[in-house]
Amino acid sequence: MSTPIDYLLHLADNAVVLGQRNAEWCGHGPILEEDLALANVSLDLIGQARLLYQRAAELMGGDATEDKLAYFRDAHQFRNYTLLELPHHGPLVGYAAADRDYATTIVRNFLYSTLMVLVWDKLLQSKDASLAAIAAKSLKEASYHLHHSRDWLVRLGDGTEESHARVQAAVNHLMPYTEEFWTTSPAEGAAVAAGVGIDVWALRPEWDAMVNEALEEATLTRPNFHGYVTEGKVGLHSEHLSYLLGEMQGLARAHPNATW
Amino acid sequence: MYTQAMDIPDESGKKLAVVPGAASDQEAAFEARIAADGRIEPQDWMPEAYRKTLVRQISQHAHSEIVGMLPEGNWISRAPSLKRKAILIAKVQDEGGHGLYLYSAAETLGTGRDEMLAGLHSGKAKYSSIFNYPTLNWADVGVIGWLVDGAAIMNQIPLCRCSYGPYARAMIRVCKEESFHQRQGYEALLVMMKGTDEQRALVQDAVNRYWWKCLAMFGPPDADSPHSAQGMRWGIKRISNDELRQKFIDATVPQAKVLGVTLPDPDLKWNEERGHYDYGQIDWAEFWNTVEGNGPCNKERLATRVKAHNDGQWVRDAALAYARKQKERQVKEAA
Repeated sequence: MSTPIDYLLHLADNAVVLGQRNAEWCGHGPILEEDLALANVSLDLIGQARLLYQRAAELMGGDATEDKLAYFRDAHQFRNYTLLELPHHGPLVGYAAADRDYATTIVRNFLYSTLMVLVWDKLLQSKDASLAAIAAKSLKEASYHLHHSRDWLVRLGDGTEESHARVQAAVNHLMPYTEEFWTTSPAEGAAVAAGVGIDVWALRPEWDAMVNEALEEATLTRPNFHGYVTEGKVGLHSEHLSYLLGEMQGLARAHPNATW
Repeated sequence: MYTQAMDIPDESGKKLAVVPGAASDQEAAFEARIAADGRIEPQDWMPEAYRKTLVRQISQHAHSEIVGMLPEGNWISRAPSLKRKAILIAKVQDEGGHGLYLYSAAETLGTGRDEMLAGLHSGKAKYSSIFNYPTLNWADVGVIGWLVDGAAIMNQIPLCRCSYGPYARAMIRVCKEESFHQRQGYEALLVMMKGTDEQRALVQDAVNRYWWKCLAMFGPPDADSPHSAQGMRWGIKRISNDELRQKFIDATVPQAKVLGVTLPDPDLKWNEERGHYDYGQIDWAEFWNTVEGNGPCNKERLATRVKAHNDGQWVRDAALAYARKQKERQVKEAA
């Protein structure tokens, strides 16, 4: 059984975009140990993206390769959650510049890895044996990412007044983007119908419980949701993704016939 | 990666002087162990000058690893394939790891990481000057692996036999990883040289900019190397700057031929009589000018480290505050 390509791209784009974001900390972390940890998280995500793109390329046939999929698609063809493409700071327009904020990084990694621990666990049962194998590897990694980000969420929330305020602001900023997790895209619907994907909606109670428990331990408040539900996973992104891709893809696109 | 000349003087080393005579029993035991090529361990007595020399050298080395993350980190976001991106992240992460265990090795000598970082941030402590040059094209990443890490390995292998145990043991692991980096860098360049004309031009451009800087990494000529003699006597330094430089050149010329790049030195040629390659004059004025802070990237490199440290203060404060609270809670629970 094979997985709809758009579903594989959704999973792969999530991984590559967050991997690209987390790697921005390399050399700039708040303490050397965190430089290493964030680089590690990023490496795991890039590794997941590679496996998923390779599988997608295999199903697409022709001249598709992992790098063609990562480097030669435009922003509107990317299927990642909007949450993952946001810069490491509060809400600002695409061409605004601001310092990276570790609280934003940690909260995003926490929200996403909580979801992915549940997603990969369910995908172990996928009828696509390749996807199930990728899920087995990714689940171990996501569990580590959750461990790391949850520990820091609690430390920052229950640390100093300043860290509490910063991490609460990051929760307030990012939590609304998680609403996108719970809508069903055509690709997700097709994957569920084929028995290879999972119904994300069914994961919501468990995700809510895990998030609420961690926020409580971190002495943080979960904001009530109201407002716009993002649609990155169907290709309708924030202003930030095209900047991220412009940087990531520029060199590869300047040498379209090169191999590296 | 690595520091050139682990014997570049800095502020911390200025007052170093070996006091002659006054040999105590402890000193005699220390000297005897050095003479027998034994290891000095953290709990052992050691002369203050030996301790200070090691702290200076190991912290310079650690700082080099950390600052060295920046020139290569510059290309992570733009790596032209996912495989190369993963390799580069892993490599830069390795350099950070080297920094971590070198700081730990230095801590065994009684100097804390905060103190060492303060030295770096104030500009008092040095780091390898090779990282004060910019990485201007993607091939720089490969060339740094091939030549900079290659030079580092030449310098570091003798340090695996350094008289100070924790440093020697750290260097064994560092050397293994550096050898891997060197091969990765060389392989990336081989692929580029088999690619398009533009790719070959990128590689040659990077080699042109880095070749002479790499030769300078071995430090000043032996005649002008102030700390070398004492370092040799103490078993901290094993092979002289000039010998290592020659060894590096002799090993690299055939690699350049296989790669198909030209090393930018018209005087580079085999000397049958010496059994070595002759090479041209290194621009030591430029080298010292860069070491003293006037290279193309000194200010940016240091300011970036300082900014990361300052921006991270609230995170470190939070971790400490949380740990304190947890401890208090445990005490309360136990009571």
